[in-house]
Parts: sequence; structure tokens; C-alpha cells
Amino acid sequence: MAEQQNYYVPPSSIWPIVGALGLGLIAWGAAHTVIETTSDQQGWGSHVLFAGFGVIAVMLFGWFRDQINETMSGLHSDQLDNSYKQGMSWFIFSEVMFFAAFFGALFYARMIAVPWLDGASNNVMTGEVLWPEFVAQWPLVETPGGTTTQAMGWYGLPLINTAILIASSVTCHFAHVGLEKNKRGQLAGMLSLTIILGLIFLFLQGAEYIHAYEELGLTLQSGVYGNTFYLLTGFHGMHVTLGTLMLIIMLLRVLKGHFTPQKHFAFQATSWYWHFVDVVWICLFVIVYVL
Amino acid sequence: MSTVVDDHNHEAHHDHKPSGITRWLFTTNHKDIGSMYLWFSLIMFFVGGAMAMVIRAELFQPGLQLVEPQFFNQMTTVHGLVMIFGAVMPAFTGLANWMVPMMIGAPDMALPRMNNWSFWILPFAFVILLSSLFMEGGGPDFGWTFYAPLSTTYSNDSTALFVFAVHIMGISSIMGAINVIVTIINMRAPGMTYMKMPLFVWTWLITAFLLIAVMPVLAGAVTMVLTDKYFGTSFFDAAGGGDPVMFQHIFWFFGHPEVYIMILPSFGIVSAIIPAFSRKKLFGYSSMVYATASIAILSFLVWAHHMFTTGMPVFAELFFMYCTMLIAVPTGVKVFNWVATMWRGAISFEVPMLFALAFVILFTIGGFSGVMLAMTPVDFQYHDTYFVVAHFHYVLVTGAIFSIMAASYYWLPKWSGHMYDTTLARLHFWSSLISVNVLFFPMHFAGLAGMPRRIPDYAVQFADINQITSIGGFAFGLSQLIFLWLVIKCARGGEKAPAKPWDGAEGLEWTVPSPAPYHTFETPPKVE
Repeated sequence: MAEQQNYYVPPSSIWPIVGALGLGLIAWGAAHTVIETTSDQQGWGSHVLFAGFGVIAVMLFGWFRDQINETMSGLHSDQLDNSYKQGMSWFIFSEVMFFAAFFGALFYARMIAVPWLDGASNNVMTGEVLWPEFVAQWPLVETPGGTTTQAMGWYGLPLINTAILIASSVTCHFAHVGLEKNKRGQLAGMLSLTIILGLIFLFLQGAEYIHAYEELGLTLQSGVYGNTFYLLTGFHGMHVTLGTLMLIIMLLRVLKGHFTPQKHFAFQATSWYWHFVDVVWICLFVIVYVL
Repeated sequence: MSTVVDDHNHEAHHDHKPSGITRWLFTTNHKDIGSMYLWFSLIMFFVGGAMAMVIRAELFQPGLQLVEPQFFNQMTTVHGLVMIFGAVMPAFTGLANWMVPMMIGAPDMALPRMNNWSFWILPFAFVILLSSLFMEGGGPDFGWTFYAPLSTTYSNDSTALFVFAVHIMGISSIMGAINVIVTIINMRAPGMTYMKMPLFVWTWLITAFLLIAVMPVLAGAVTMVLTDKYFGTSFFDAAGGGDPVMFQHIFWFFGHPEVYIMILPSFGIVSAIIPAFSRKKLFGYSSMVYATASIAILSFLVWAHHMFTTGMPVFAELFFMYCTMLIAVPTGVKVFNWVATMWRGAISFEVPMLFALAFVILFTIGGFSGVMLAMTPVDFQYHDTYFVVAHFHYVLVTGAIFSIMAASYYWLPKWSGHMYDTTLARLHFWSSLISVNVLFFPMHFAGLAGMPRRIPDYAVQFADINQITSIGGFAFGLSQLIFLWLVIKCARGGEKAPAKPWDGAEGLEWTVPSPAPYHTFETPPKVE
């Protein structure tokens, strides 16, 4: 903070309230969609939900257009750049905590709940009275209630996907290096490669779900093993989807000649996000698949 | 604590602001957004308060007279949700919006447009939550803690609305917290080092960290409730290998830091007000900072003290009992420092000071009952009784809410430019102080005698205590109308307030005129 430039405080903007409306519609629409699809009612839920997505798309377009115009006209000081970087870092921290909740659920189910149902710790009578036949094991291929499934192995598709995602993190890094050294060809090439790897990952993840549902009988209803598997990989997949979209937008901006070796917050934030998604996957691969 | 070598006359020249409704919808100004947060919080305070009145009216006599038991449960549930996520948390975010940039010499919050967004999604969340009360089958009725299986197997269809409303509240809190934390780390004026920051800024820095760390966990918890209820997962169902107790672990991992989220900013407020009216520097500034940080760290290690009766292994019960009792140490440091600040001070009893003093005493009572509840064997008796209700209302009403009142009376002249009606303010204070104790103190005895919470009916021997409690409740509710009237009166006009209405007050916010100009510190002040 040695030398203080004037901090740019943006003028009034229509986009936040549009975004608030969009999120409101999504929340209402999503809640009613859930109610309607699970009880065979007819209603407006999904229409409102998609209207909400539409409004959010318009908001993102307008908000980022304003933002990019401000950046391109040089209104952003280093201090503002720092605000963005710190804001993005804290956002990623909040995402880490979101995943932590599901990893925590997996830990508790595997290390505590399932053994206790078999009578571990001070729960001998729980094991005797509730489901005397139940045997604790992980992956939980037979639940106390009797639902059976097969476990997902870690070799094959998950291993390939791990390699793909790690490779994409490397290409993303080299794209960043290219940007910092002002080698635009390397930047665009590596960024495109990252996007392609991300799309392949998503495709293979979809294939894995189909394999799990149709051949292994591992579904969202297969007890806590399937629950933690699908919610962890599912939320990770949603983050990969979002990250890929962000990378595509970055590629379009690179092709339009945006970003300089000194100032490229949007690119940096996207690359942080991509590395974060990669780290989550490595944790997932080790904890959910291998162990 | 810091003096300014800068004059702010030039700022008066470009004090123009947009007019009409679009000013409020599109604003990026931290003062506008702060005001909206505070007004929203006040409205929610009355909405949640109306529900409390329904609860107290039903409990005025044993037996069922006014409402159905299921509606009673909806009232206790939504009262809790509205007061926590609608009244207390937005009030603190509003105070942070108004005061943090002015206290650290920043031109605005770090991310002004996101600031607007994080406010305006809140009304949508509460419209969704409150509208669910009018659905067929009623609103959420499983308690604000939404324990599984009450919220999964046995809940009605409003659960989906509840889940998504909570998601939006969480997004709002996270964005608000990111804004505050980045503002504090990145926007301090030259010379405003960390250990020169007012304690309100310090406590909010730590609160913001807690918010970013635990609100996503709440999002995870409601998501698992949603999938358990609607999509056949069994996170909280033993038949599928899950565990309803797991819900409580995840929920309270959020829930316990959450209670510190609702009290740490109060500590900051009281640490500003007590020195101002004792005309002394705060005693033990750095120990206050370390105590706040210690409380925040410990808050992650105590969650299972809410769950002593779930049949955890004894080792876990002991661990959580001792960690919980450890929190009394940094909290004691704080109370000691406030008292030591007043020691031999030239104390005067203006309204903010009255509320701050009431805070110190009554919050400490809530702290003591907290230590009682922390003792595992004793908690077996107290658990889920009115003793718990008395405990957390002492820390949340006479703690958090009283500190918000103190802050309002302290900074209202700065916000509005007018001095409020002090006679009315004193009336508000004394009627609130007396009625709040008539309301919550007898609850301790009802709880010790075994009256369970969240039940619309009770055994006849509790009738006297409940009548006293209800009378206190109605009186406390009516007293708050004085506050509403006072705030509206003060916003509309009154005696012109000077830049620094309290002679002992310190801090950058008092160096700008009252009302604070629309933009302050566009060029950062120099802090020595």
C-alpha cells in the first residue's frame, strides 16, 4: 500500500438486482421442480427454473461486459486487482469447505456410522437389536436394509480420468506461462487443449455413470456408499462443467486479444479454479475410489 | 485510536446521489447498502417478533387454545430462522457495510457491485421462506435446526422451499463476508496497521473468516436433507448405512461457529462504546484481539456439546466438554477488559452506554448458563428444556440484539445527521431491560424444573412461570415499537448532530461530518 492509486468505485449498476431476481427465480423454480417431479404434480416449477437460468445468463453477460470494458479502459488499479484476487481466493476457500462437508459425511459414514451399526464402540446392542445380520464393510455393497450393489473400481475409467485431469492442469499452467511470456500461440494452443481435456473428462464421467447405473446397479438409492459417491463426483462434475465454460470464455477473450502479461485477473482466476477442481478430483480419486 | 491529517471539505462538493427507487435497486454505495441491510433486519426483527408473540400467547396458559400444534411448531421454526438469518446476521452485515470502510479510511467496500447483489438476494430468500407458511400442508415445522429425520422422513413439502431459501441466505452471507474480509485486508488507509484497527473491524475480520468457512457446510447439510427427502439417498437413514446423528454433526459443525458469528461483532461494538463513555483507552487491546481469535479457533472444536444426549462415546463427550469450558477463558478476558476499561473512568450513561453495560452483565449471565450446559452430566438434565431456551436468548437477545441497539444509538447520529430523541431512547432502554428479564429469567427455572422446549402445551405446575414469561414477552415486543418510532423520527429530522456527538469517541468515522457524506475517504486519510 506504499503508493495509493484512486480506487475505482463503479457507478450504479442494474446487474446485481437482475442477478438477485435470477437467483430468486432459480430457488423458487428449483424447489417447485423438486416437489413436482417427485410427486407427479403439474406446475410451473421447471418453467420458472429455466427462466431463472435465462435471467442469470443475461446478468452474467451484462455484468462481465461492463467489467471487461472497465478493465480494457484501464480503470483498474493494482489495488483493485488485489481485491479481485483475494475475493477469488476466498471464494475457492468456501468451495473447499463445501466439499469438506461431503468428505466429512463420507468419513463419518465409513468410519463411524457403518461400524456402529455392526456393534462397534459402545453400540453392541445397536448391532444386536436393529439388524443382527448386518456386517460392516466398505464399500457398503449391502446396506442394513438389504439394498445391494457393486463397488466402483478405481482402475479403468477413473484412472484414465485422473490422468486426463492432471494433464489438463499441466496444460493450463503452460497456457498461463505462455500468457506471462507473451507467447500468444502457446497461450491459445494450451488453453484449447485444456478445454478439450475437460470435455473428455466430462464425457468419460458420463460414461462411468451409465456403467455404474446399468451394469453395477450402483445408483443414488444404493445406500450411503452410492450417496457419497454420486454427490461427491456429481458436485465435482458440476464444477468441472463450470470451469470448462469459464475456460471457453477465456479462450474467446484470448482470441479477441484481451489480457496482457501483467494484467490478466480473469484468466488467473479461471486457472486457479481449474487447479482447485483438479485438486478436489485427486482427493476424490484417492478417498472415494482407491481407499 | 488514530488521528487524521486530512480535511474532508472537498468531499462535500460531489455529494450527489441518484434519486428514486433505482437509487436503492442499482446502488453500489456501501452506505446505501448498509442502510438497506439495517432496515431489512429491522423488518425481519418485527416479523420474527410477531411469531414470538404467537408462541408466548399460546403458552400463556396450559392446554391448547390459540393455534394448532403443527402451526406452533412452524412458528418456533420460522421464528428462529428469521431472527438468525434475517435479523441478527443482516444487522451485523449492515453495520459492517456502514462502518468498516469509514473506520479503516476506505472509499467503499472492495467489491461494490457484489455488495449490492449479496443484499438484494436476501429479500428473495425470505419471501420464499415466509411464503412457504401459506402452502398446503404449512411451512417448515422441524425446528430451526432441522434435525433429520424430522426434516426428511416426517417433513412436509415446504422442505424444498426451505432448502433453497437457506441456500440463498448462505450465498448472501458468503458474498457479504468475502466483501468484508477483502475490504479489511486490502483497503486500509496508509498507516492503518492491523494492530491499529478498531476492534469492530478486527471482530468482523474474524467473523467473516468464520462465515466463509461454515456457511458452505450448511449448504452441504441442506443439500443432503434435500436428497434424503426427495431422491432416496440415506445419509441420515440407518437402513441405508447412514446415521441421523451424522446430520447433527454436520449441522453443528456449522451451527457452533455460527453462534460466534452472531456474537463476535457484538464484542467489537461494545469495545468501541465502553471506552468512549468511560473516556479511557480500551484496556488490553491486543489481548482482545487474541481472545477473539482464540474464540474463533475453539469454535471449530466444540460442536458436539449440542449433542451430549445422542450417545456419543464418553471420550468424545469429555473432549467436547473441556474444549467448551476452555472458551470461558478468552470470553472472561474480554469481560475483564471491559470492566477494567471502566475502572476509574469518567463514566457517563448515555443510551449507547446503557445498552453496552446491560450487554456486559446480561451476556455474562448467558455465558454462565453456557458453562452449566457445557458440563456433560448436567446437560443430560438440561438438554432440550427451557433452560437452553433461556441460555441462548440471553446471549442472542440481551447479547447480540442489545449490542445492535447499542450500535444503532451510537452511530445513528452519524448515519442520519440528526440527534435522536434521548427521552424516548431511555424509555426504550429501561422498558426493554426490565421486560427482557421478566421474559427470559423465569425460563431458567421452568427448564430446571423439566419443562421441555418446542411443545405448545405443558403441565399445570408451569403455568405461573409461563404467564410471567408471556407478560414479559408482550412487554418486550411492545417496547421495540418505541425503537421503531424513534428510528423513523430520527431519519426524518431532528436536532442537527455534530460530526462527533460523543466527546470520548475515537476513530476515523468521527472525522467526517454528520450525516456522513455519500462518498468518504476517496483519497485515503493518513493515519498516524
